[in-house]
Amino acid sequence: MIRPNALTPKLVLSFGALVVLGCIVPLIVEDYDSYQITVAFSYGIAILGLNILTGYNGQFSIGHSAFFAIGAYTAAIMITHFGWHPYATLPFVAIAAFMVGFLFGFPALRLEGLYLALATFALAVATPQILKVDALEEWTGGVQGLFFDKPDPIMGGMSIDQSLYYVTWIVFVVLMALTWALLHSRSGRAIMAIRDNPIAASTMGINTALYKTTTFGISAMFAGLGGAFFAFANAFVSPDTFNFFIAVYLLVGSVVGGIVSIPGALLGGLFYVFGQEYAEEVSNLSELIPPPWVTFGIFLILMMYFAPFGIWGLIERGMARLKRPSSS
Amino acid sequence: MDLFLQLTLAGLAIGSIYACVALAVVMIYQATDHFNFAQGEMAMFSTFVAWALFQATGSIWLAFVLAVAASFIAGIIIERVIVKPVESAPVFNQIIVFIGLLMIFNNLAGWFWEHTTKTLPSLFPEDMGFESTLISSHNLGVIVFTLALLLVVFLFFKFTKVGLAMKAAAANPDSARLVGVSVGWMLALGWGLASAIGAVGGVLVAPIVFLEPNMMSGVLLYGFAGALFGGVNSPGGAVAGGLIVGVLENWARQYVPGGSELGLTFALVLIVGVLMFKPAGLFGRVVVKRV
Amino acid sequence: MPLLKVKGLKAYYRQTEALHGIDFELDEGSITTILGANGAGKTTTLRAISRMVRTEGSIKFQGEEITGLASEKIARLGIAHVPEGRGTFVRQSVEENLELGAYTRKSKSDVADDVERVYAYFPRLKERLKQQAGTLSGGEQQMLAIGRALMLRPKLMLLDEPSFGLAPLITQEIYEIMARIRKDEGASMLLVEQNANIALNLADHAYLLETGNVVMSGEASILRDDETVRRTYLGY
Repeated sequence: MIRPNALTPKLVLSFGALVVLGCIVPLIVEDYDSYQITVAFSYGIAILGLNILTGYNGQFSIGHSAFFAIGAYTAAIMITHFGWHPYATLPFVAIAAFMVGFLFGFPALRLEGLYLALATFALAVATPQILKVDALEEWTGGVQGLFFDKPDPIMGGMSIDQSLYYVTWIVFVVLMALTWALLHSRSGRAIMAIRDNPIAASTMGINTALYKTTTFGISAMFAGLGGAFFAFANAFVSPDTFNFFIAVYLLVGSVVGGIVSIPGALLGGLFYVFGQEYAEEVSNLSELIPPPWVTFGIFLILMMYFAPFGIWGLIERGMARLKRPSSS
Repeated sequence: MDLFLQLTLAGLAIGSIYACVALAVVMIYQATDHFNFAQGEMAMFSTFVAWALFQATGSIWLAFVLAVAASFIAGIIIERVIVKPVESAPVFNQIIVFIGLLMIFNNLAGWFWEHTTKTLPSLFPEDMGFESTLISSHNLGVIVFTLALLLVVFLFFKFTKVGLAMKAAAANPDSARLVGVSVGWMLALGWGLASAIGAVGGVLVAPIVFLEPNMMSGVLLYGFAGALFGGVNSPGGAVAGGLIVGVLENWARQYVPGGSELGLTFALVLIVGVLMFKPAGLFGRVVVKRV
Repeated sequence: MPLLKVKGLKAYYRQTEALHGIDFELDEGSITTILGANGAGKTTTLRAISRMVRTEGSIKFQGEEITGLASEKIARLGIAHVPEGRGTFVRQSVEENLELGAYTRKSKSDVADDVERVYAYFPRLKERLKQQAGTLSGGEQQMLAIGRALMLRPKLMLLDEPSFGLAPLITQEIYEIMARIRKDEGASMLLVEQNANIALNLADHAYLLETGNVVMSGEASILRDDETVRRTYLGY
């Protein structure tokens, strides 16, 4: 649970099955559902970044909405002001978000877990205000934000929503695979060693400062990419879309899915969108049922008591239990 | 010159509210080594309770006193029921529990009282018996009232047995147990006090910023900034820090180009700056953590 | 009836068993010492009595089972524990430390008398009553820790290595004061020491612990003359 699964035929097979399953979905559901799942993927990508940071490297962020916003705005500005094709902005989104994350990671180095959480909290609370500033209005569109068109279909015969779904899904899948590869590399072992025992890690010759900042940068980059896809799916960005609560919701998704896991990010993203929708429906049934985020707050606290590794943690535990009788 | 004085006095007024929040934050930090990210939402909820009681009773002071008392008790209950199970869990679990609380209170307030803004009258009369162009009666009341409150808190910790036991429990829980202090209850009491002080801050700030579920997120940020600026392990420092941040913020809004739009950014810069360059704050000590 | 009767006491740090079922007793008014090398389980024994580690087995104080109680309840029964490393409240003043020692007591005037009594034993503390405890020397902090324990009017004092980190002369001074306390107050003490020599001089009874088991017990004078003890723990 603490380390990613080893490369086994079973892992490759189940991952392949997941990719194919993801590709079939838009063929059988409505466009609106495809759109919603795309949004879930965009959150999922950001959550994956959060999982790398918190789950595998032991750093905290309750401010990932800020990097989500940076990605969304970088894409939106390049599209509206310079006429770039949305997908062509992605490398720049990645670079911009990485840079900001890396720079923010510098002070973060000096900050133990709790202080880092505080600094990121401050960043998230201040972000919408920065986006609204008059001096930047020419670029950011101020309170109104920026509007543009959803990207055209990549292939004939696809709807706009289906096409965006596929692109998002492919990027998400590639990022999951890259994350797995990263965590299995030498660097990945260093990243996790820092989480498990920072002092031992530095005495082993690991440059903890560099690894922590870089991990923060990578995590911010994922959040930025997620933000860009979120912007594509909605065809606009505005400051208040990226308020502090987005950071909270990303964190909730991460915890619910399983913060020390890769597939947990997918579950977390789906939970964010569909869990919320479902809870909304349930709460509409009666005046007495609290709104979704009250329920989720309670749920979140209960998870910390009983299942701190989230849904994916439970699944893995269940699988381990199934396996045990046969192996003994 | 008048403008400068006006700004400074108004800054002191808002700063004393930040000081309340900063003090609440520091009290819990000292006892548990944690920042309660839900402190602001708890205070906001308390303020709504005060508003509801005001609607029911028609007396703002009665509503205020009842709401503060209720917050005190609620703080104790929250610590005993919700926070205690993760007392010795990793930092991560605790932060998530605070985030959970934050979500619950924010959304409960929206559910009970809707997201429209409410107005809560000032605790202090319009007519203070004299005229001044330098400061409003509410702001003057805020400054005097919070300074008095902080004095009471100070005396409580300095001269009462319970206050001493709370400090002991926070500083050295094992030794405190060995002299018969019930550390768990001292923690709960700390939460109760922090929650009550937060409620005071909320009721005082509501006439300035309007009452709505997101009222406190900015105030909490300034409170954090004040706490860090003064020193997170120095209650007196936190109070001074809150006041200083209030004044600096007001000056910045007026004198820094674009400053009026960037209040929260100012708090962000302050927080990151203090953490980078002077982690102990102005009046705090650097804590060497045993590993 | 012994004041303290321990039977089959096991103690755990997480899953690791640190005491493997030890038995010992302590009579009212007597001083019993537990000797042993580093890691033998001496500190753990005291922590077990104060309920600061997980245990199995029976601990009876004045005939009552106390294994189910919380640490603060144990203190309220009159067991004053002077922990390893003294456990002073470093940011509080000497006076406040003593006041905290009397936390469980109601009568203010009794407490004020006891503060004077402590100052009589430890005049050095009186000179420093307003000083932050963290600024005291090691020996003074040890005095403060013992003084704080006295403030509880304890029926039993648990003393964890009062000589720890102190110069021989200071150690001697502290042990002289402890002997006086014993004479004046008839205090019962359970004393853990690495410095076997000085502990056996003060104590009536002694138990020898080795890796979580009692391997020898008896009158302090008998243990002192024992060949093995002399060679291993007394070093002559």
